[in-house]
Amino acid sequence: MGHGSMLRKEDARFLRGRGRFVDDIQLPGMLHAAVLRSPYAHARIVSVDTSAAESHPLVRAVITGEMLADRGLAWMPTLSHDVQAVLATDKVRYQGQEVAFVVAENRYAARDALALIDVEYEPLTPVVDAQQALAPDAPLVRDEIDGRTDNHIFDWEAGDAAATDAVFAAAAHVSACDLLYPRVHPAPLETCGIVASSDAVSGKLTVYATAQAPHAHRAMYASIAGIPEQKIQIIAPDIGGGFGNKVGMYPAYLCAVVASVITGAPVKWTEDRSENLMTTSFARDYHMRGEIAATADGTILGLRVRVLADHGAFNGTAQPSKFPAGFFHTFTGSYDIPAAHCRVTGVYTNKAPGGVAYACSFRITEASYLVERMVDVLAHDLGLDPAAVRMGNLLRPEQFPYVCATGWEYDSGDYARALELALEMAGYDELRREQVAQRQAYEETGRGTVMGVGISFFTEAVGAGPRKMMDVFGFGMADGADLRVHPSGSAVLAVSCMSQGQGHETTFAQLVAEELGISPDDVEVVQGDTDRTPFGLGTYGSRSTPVSGAATVVVARKVRERARIVAAAMLEVAPADLEWTKGRFDVRGVPGVGVTIGEIARAAHSDLELPEGVEGHLDASCVYNPPNLTFPFGAYICVVDVDPGTGQVKVRRFVAVDDCGVRINPMIVEGQIHGGLADGIGMALMELIAFDGDGNHLGASFMDYLLPTAVECPSWELGTTVTPSPHHPIGAKGVGESATVGSPAAVVNAVLDAIGVRHADMPLTPAQVWRAVQGRPMRTDLAVSDGW
Amino acid sequence: MVVNGREHTREIEPRLLLVHLLRDELGLTGTHWGCDTSNCGACVVWMDDVPVKSCTVLAAMASGRRVRTVEGLEGPFGLDQVQRSFALCHGLQCGFCTPAMLLTSRWLLDHNPDPSEGEIRSALSGITCRCTGYENIVRAVRHAARSEAGS
Repeated sequence: MGHGSMLRKEDARFLRGRGRFVDDIQLPGMLHAAVLRSPYAHARIVSVDTSAAESHPLVRAVITGEMLADRGLAWMPTLSHDVQAVLATDKVRYQGQEVAFVVAENRYAARDALALIDVEYEPLTPVVDAQQALAPDAPLVRDEIDGRTDNHIFDWEAGDAAATDAVFAAAAHVSACDLLYPRVHPAPLETCGIVASSDAVSGKLTVYATAQAPHAHRAMYASIAGIPEQKIQIIAPDIGGGFGNKVGMYPAYLCAVVASVITGAPVKWTEDRSENLMTTSFARDYHMRGEIAATADGTILGLRVRVLADHGAFNGTAQPSKFPAGFFHTFTGSYDIPAAHCRVTGVYTNKAPGGVAYACSFRITEASYLVERMVDVLAHDLGLDPAAVRMGNLLRPEQFPYVCATGWEYDSGDYARALELALEMAGYDELRREQVAQRQAYEETGRGTVMGVGISFFTEAVGAGPRKMMDVFGFGMADGADLRVHPSGSAVLAVSCMSQGQGHETTFAQLVAEELGISPDDVEVVQGDTDRTPFGLGTYGSRSTPVSGAATVVVARKVRERARIVAAAMLEVAPADLEWTKGRFDVRGVPGVGVTIGEIARAAHSDLELPEGVEGHLDASCVYNPPNLTFPFGAYICVVDVDPGTGQVKVRRFVAVDDCGVRINPMIVEGQIHGGLADGIGMALMELIAFDGDGNHLGASFMDYLLPTAVECPSWELGTTVTPSPHHPIGAKGVGESATVGSPAAVVNAVLDAIGVRHADMPLTPAQVWRAVQGRPMRTDLAVSDGW
Repeated sequence: MVVNGREHTREIEPRLLLVHLLRDELGLTGTHWGCDTSNCGACVVWMDDVPVKSCTVLAAMASGRRVRTVEGLEGPFGLDQVQRSFALCHGLQCGFCTPAMLLTSRWLLDHNPDPSEGEIRSALSGITCRCTGYENIVRAVRHAARSEAGS
């Protein structure tokens, strides 16, 4: 009736091409916008002449930074206590930065008019290499901030530095390695977009937007533009993938709102692919030095990390934690590591702002990659089997709830069971035998491929989050849920989270159905409309099931308790004498005497005499404050075949054992895992945003920013263990990002295992693999020539 | 041009892309725009029975041609088998690439009723999906092939 693999309710419209995405929306009199962007990474703006564009017959408005400055809107706050230029006034700080906003009668005219705007720039030397950003002679990115003399944003640390240093000093073995998690992009297939419609008479602003967090967007418009919150309605229609790209507010959104106010007409802006890849929400860009201390037999004693975080020109990371490096201090991963310390330094560079998008759980992707690479480096240095090193150091079931060295309390886990299952599914020992034979054949003939086996074990921390650790824009991260039950017993659930393909309309209906004993077909789920849903902070960081899902279960149970009182009145017994079995209350000990939820709902709306103080109807609402995060985990094994002569990598197999606690709809959960695994292949092998010395973005189209297709992906082999979360009402944990977090390290470990190289940075393109084979892996984030 | 069996006549700018004609002028928003460079494939439609990427086809090039979009897949007797199979195999998540996947799968099965996994992956390699990791899309196409062979 409730939980289980049920086909999706939302598919009916998508299969017919009847989904409704932002760019599908047509409003009467709607205008179209385009953004003029900077060709330079760093340049002073001398002048902006819009006169020719304004005289274009189809142009209705041209907005510049100067015009916004007159309204106090040239800068807007970011989610990381910084400000970001809406339209540049003083200078441009990254290639692609917004300089002017044109509104015209159709999309093509808006684009035409961009060419008519004359901007005079005075080019400045850009800060491109994050590792040089703090050099004394580095150009200043943020010279508009009074008193600023360098590009330093923050220093932040977690763990006990002295205790960790002491462990390292006494350790029998220490391995160190420099690791780069390069800049990548979530690249949802639908780009970002908005239709803003301002009504001058009512003062109402209606915004249709690709918004993963509609309520957060409403709060930001109210705060930035000074529009009363009750006059703002944010509607997120169908969203064509998000992966974090659609959490934040972007300059063009605010421009569209201003343009609608100015023109009195609805204004649509749809980002093109280059704009998407160049300007909105990059991810990662972490330069890490890891050190791992261990005994000679591979027992891990300590982990120490130094990170240089490239945040681009504005500190605009859209993450909710009170920590500037997000959840990076989950870097001890799945292991019992007594001593750990990290220090993260954030720097400004002449690159786009962002930093945590792409299904990363607020830097857990970087943390997970770090520890899983370091474990492999340790195994490599000690000549140990990486599976054995992991098995020997994994947290044990009896250690949960486990507080790690940096303070996270892991809720539940049975890690060894997951790794054992993955090793068994992969046939690990047999693979190792095959590897030896194949390697020998390759060395004898110098032809063919070599195979590698890579393992990663991840622990995620999802479901943001507890108030003491997190907020967004000053808002605690509780989610509301409203449940209305109609007289017929069918129901409408309104939630604040917002699906971007995760299937909320199905899963959340199943949650209600399970609790009320009705069919999921009788539950309608409302999401993505701030006028119709309770406050909450949206979908990202795999938080829908842990937070809004929990709220849904709690509110459904509230309804059930209201139903109990009505049922008691109907049956003329005390509420305590009633017993709930799926869909009905029966009188305890009197078989066959009871009422169904449908009959109760009807009675709750009828003239039935209810006890004193009982209002009638069954509707309820609740707000769920998560007491902790949920900690899903998993064991991944990747098998690759590498041609050392060409550097070509073929992913032969990928075994993924995931434990996300109780699964509401296993079919949907598996789909989420499949998608994340493909992301891992992408990041490990091909996805990259690099820059040349002038700060030119080298991944600005899908011809340059490569994504995995069906051909690069193997058929995924999934396994399941179930360790319920002890604090979630049904024991569920989040899962949306697990595979994206866990899989890159498995792929990288496999490729390096194949070619017998200690380390080379992602993406392991044929060129990078070939160079690694030659002993000279390159730095991937910069287009630099070292003579090869 | 004839779209999904219905004739349309329009005066258009020479530079108008087919994807924009379909979406903005004819209101057929099931065809999606995703990249401008023919890489992502979200804009696939059939032109004279051949899948094309409508973001790199001028609308004028479709003059006098037959175009089939996802809206034209469902027949008088209900959903096409590929549509049913995609639902049954959870071959879609956000739904953005789905129309292109469906049209390309339909074309594949019309020309190769019993494709191998490799042939399916190869046929779909011009369309990017960011959600499904392709697994259930491949299963859906095989399911559709089996269903059509059995019926």
